[in-house]
Amino acid sequence: MAKLKIEDLRRIKESKKGTLNLREGVYRAKVTVHMGTCGIAAGARTIMNTLMTAIGENKTDDVILTSSGCAGLCSQEPMMTVEVKDLSPVKYVYLDEEKTKKIFREHVIGGKPVAEYALSMGSETTY
Amino acid sequence: MEKQKKTQHTNLMICAGTGCVSCGSFGVRDALIEEIEKQDLSDDVLVATTGCNGFCAAGPLLVSYPDGVFYQKLQVEDVPFFVEEYLLKGRVVKKHLFVRPEDKEAIPAINDIGFFSNQLLVTLRNRGLVDPEIIDDYIARDGYMAAEKALNEMTSEDIIREVTAAGIRGRGGGGFPTGLKWKFCADASGDQKYILCNADEGDPGAFMDRSILEADPHAVLEGMIIGAKAIGAHQGYIYVRAEYPLAIERLETAIAQAEEYGLLGDDILGSGFDLKIELYHGAGAFVCGEETALMLSIQGQRGMPRPRPPFPAHKGLWDLPTVLNNVETWANIPQIIFRGSEWFNSLGTEKSTGTKVFALTGCVNNIGLIEVPMGVSLRSIVYDVGGGIPGKRRKLKAVQVGGPSGGCIPESLIDTPVDFESIVKTGAIVGSGGMVVMDDTSCMVDVAKFFLEFTVEESCGKCTPCREGTQQMLHILDRITLGKGRPEDIDTLLKLSAMIKSASLCGLGQTAPNPVETTIKYFRAEYEAHIFEKRCPAKKCKALLKFEVVPELCKKCGLCFKACPSNAITWVKKTVAVIDVDKCTQCMNCYAVCKFDSII
Repeated sequence: MAKLKIEDLRRIKESKKGTLNLREGVYRAKVTVHMGTCGIAAGARTIMNTLMTAIGENKTDDVILTSSGCAGLCSQEPMMTVEVKDLSPVKYVYLDEEKTKKIFREHVIGGKPVAEYALSMGSETTY
Repeated sequence: MEKQKKTQHTNLMICAGTGCVSCGSFGVRDALIEEIEKQDLSDDVLVATTGCNGFCAAGPLLVSYPDGVFYQKLQVEDVPFFVEEYLLKGRVVKKHLFVRPEDKEAIPAINDIGFFSNQLLVTLRNRGLVDPEIIDDYIARDGYMAAEKALNEMTSEDIIREVTAAGIRGRGGGGFPTGLKWKFCADASGDQKYILCNADEGDPGAFMDRSILEADPHAVLEGMIIGAKAIGAHQGYIYVRAEYPLAIERLETAIAQAEEYGLLGDDILGSGFDLKIELYHGAGAFVCGEETALMLSIQGQRGMPRPRPPFPAHKGLWDLPTVLNNVETWANIPQIIFRGSEWFNSLGTEKSTGTKVFALTGCVNNIGLIEVPMGVSLRSIVYDVGGGIPGKRRKLKAVQVGGPSGGCIPESLIDTPVDFESIVKTGAIVGSGGMVVMDDTSCMVDVAKFFLEFTVEESCGKCTPCREGTQQMLHILDRITLGKGRPEDIDTLLKLSAMIKSASLCGLGQTAPNPVETTIKYFRAEYEAHIFEKRCPAKKCKALLKFEVVPELCKKCGLCFKACPSNAITWVKKTVAVIDVDKCTQCMNCYAVCKFDSII
């Protein structure tokens, strides 16, 4: 390994940014794929993979991806919730690969919710 | 062709500090990796090991990101269920959550747990966030940027000015201003100088330095690079005790990685500055934590202190100018250079800037390693971070600060701010950062005896006041705890203390009487009870225990009768129990089981 210069330090830092942002809790958008038994049966796994690939291809490092349990609307799975900073969370239903890519492009990256696939704005009140 | 490498969206950070490793965290890690592969989640979940998380009593620990869920007491057999519930189904696993002692509420998020939320991490900023064996993780958290700045943009004077302005004082116990020490050494004549790191942490119950080395070894190396540039040294040693195998292993890995990246060795970061750092394993003598003894030990001689002056800044290792700082001090340096002295000054108090790491232990709910700003009150440490005293019937009695060189601060002074000046006023010292919380079952004479036994054992024997004086003090304490104390004993102890403090050669002897002096100062009545009434109020000194039942308080339940292993208690239904003192073995069983405090 060649000796490092200041540029190399910066390059290493950049390449690790995604992972570290996730650990430090610094992010602009959070995408939750609902992966209860119902979600997985309906294809949530594919949705998760699509998102991970999209994040990798876009070299996005300020979006965190997480899974959660059943959201209670088992008949409309696969579902995901997109929370972009300073915007209301949006729940999307009946997802597939194409829809997911579009939502990632327009809502997660672009900040504009995709109304046609959305179920509702906002989340339930939780205690 | 393998599919494109993705960044895993979930990171499970397993604590791999010595505490958790000894509870089996490596086994849990391997089981997790295996189970995750089995469930085909390797692309989604990264399992990483980190340095000490701090909450050592509840290990093995795991923190999951981005959710920030804190899991405790995870065992290998829990892993399959954990992976299924948490990673596959996305449900928090309640069984392993932290439960708040006061209301039994389970708290998932690490930032909602008082132990963590009341801390301020500077020295330990990377704990739980980086893998100490991966240098890129450290670099990702701005690692080596300060070294780069110091080497390429700052002169030696600039660095010393910045460190002096930050006001940082040595974290190893002495509290000497670091900038001033560096200046003395930089001004000393000679081309050959040395930079040393003192990792010979020996106070009983203290593990701050070990945890820093295990969690963030590169921070120490980076600090040393900056210090080396400041004083003009090209050779450094880390004196680390052999009893810290994990710290040694991680340091060796870190040094090898830094050398490979050209961050140690010749021409660091293209600056033309050279520095080599080697490890020196100490054999575990407490006195080798004293600077002059440490240097002799590195030279291959018997570790014994020598009189100062000359100070090591002028005549240190091999009689050449040397700077020695403690692990925690070194770990602070990169932050001071990177973020500036003004930022560092904003933390802590006016005369004690920055934060301090403490090993919090004893009778407290949350045992572990903590970092708080200088100047927070002892109360806040014991109750907000430590979560208070366990057991409804127990009360806080004192906090022992500073290990065998420190003293006992009584409950009445619990609002004392923890900084160098205020703690010294109580008669204790901040020391390296050991903090033992004691409840009303601790006997202060016994505590003083414990620490003195340690210093007697560890005194190197070179100077008479320390070698003989501490021995005599221990004899007297022994006598007092055996019920043979004499009326003049307290005065004799104080006289001896004063002599040992003024005449000893090094810090070990000069501070050894502190535990005795402070316990006499604040708990004189307890000494007097031992000497004049032959009574141990805390019921610790076995030779002085004589149990009896108070008839008015006794509810005639018979619990004590059932608990007694030596048939010393007579009891029949609906009568008051009676203890036969001759048969009693002072096992304390009856005392512990009585719900009505009727046994005294």
